[in-house]
Amino acid sequence: MNYSFSHSIPVAPARPDAIPLRALVPWAVFGLILSALLLYFVGAEQGAVSLVSGHAVHEFVHDGRHLLGFPCH
Amino acid sequence: MAGRLLARGMIAGVLAACLAFVFARVFGEPQVDLAIAFEAARNAAAGMAPEPEIVSRSMQASFGLLTAAVMYGAAYGGVFAIVFALAYGRVGRLSARALALLLAGAGFLTFVLIPDLKYPPNPPSVGLPATIGLRTATYFEMIVLSVCVMAVSVLAGQRLVQQLGRWNGIVCAAGLFVVLTALVQCGLPDISEVPEDFPAVVLWRFREAAIGMQIVLWGALGLIFGPLAETALASSGSRRHRLG
Repeated sequence: MNYSFSHSIPVAPARPDAIPLRALVPWAVFGLILSALLLYFVGAEQGAVSLVSGHAVHEFVHDGRHLLGFPCH
Repeated sequence: MAGRLLARGMIAGVLAACLAFVFARVFGEPQVDLAIAFEAARNAAAGMAPEPEIVSRSMQASFGLLTAAVMYGAAYGGVFAIVFALAYGRVGRLSARALALLLAGAGFLTFVLIPDLKYPPNPPSVGLPATIGLRTATYFEMIVLSVCVMAVSVLAGQRLVQQLGRWNGIVCAAGLFVVLTALVQCGLPDISEVPEDFPAVVLWRFREAAIGMQIVLWGALGLIFGPLAETALASSGSRRHRLG
């Protein structure tokens, strides 16, 4: 029973080296801030909260906002 | 290495988003148009003037949709790459491609399917303008809680696998995930704002298209990122061998 599972899934020959947390954390912080900013402009700007005045941003991404599942109007 | 993976994740996200855009354009846009026609007819019947078009419909359905999809894909591509960099070498002995596919499935479940079961995607004319604040807050809360439930289940799952073996441990962790998800979803307020005479078929088709778009996005993200990460990891590995 033990062998059946491991042979059906492609595994690395040995456990691969993990990326050290110290090297990972700065990039993780940078990436998460960038991602949050992108998601904010697609999903919430000029809806519940507004940094840029008017409706142009909201109207431009309107269809994407609906189809990607964000609340709209 | 983490920086290169992040860049490749965002590139994979952008490419996946282009495919998702094509899917949404073909299957989603007709339903959006039907929903807007419903809204216009309802407003006309109520004697209201039609809403002014700030951005034309054709612009919204082409460049607007593409821009939104690409920004969304880049954002989740970045998040995906960070989680991949954290999990690689720490979760089992999976190869880069297999891990990328597994994480794409987990990402779809966590960021899309679980939140959408509680707060499904809605076409135009569904949803009251007055409740946009509440709906936005609860939607993002649902995503954060979904991430927490997934994290707790994975950490508990690693313990359970050690104690109960691989099969039983994973089954128990999945059960825990379902129970925690149900508790979280019961704790958040229900929102039901579908207009009484809104066509059920349009609502259903719209939601099918929205979920389908996400399946294309996350599936392509996992499949595109795997080989990109593999070459990045292999080149750094060979460099290390040369140096050492």
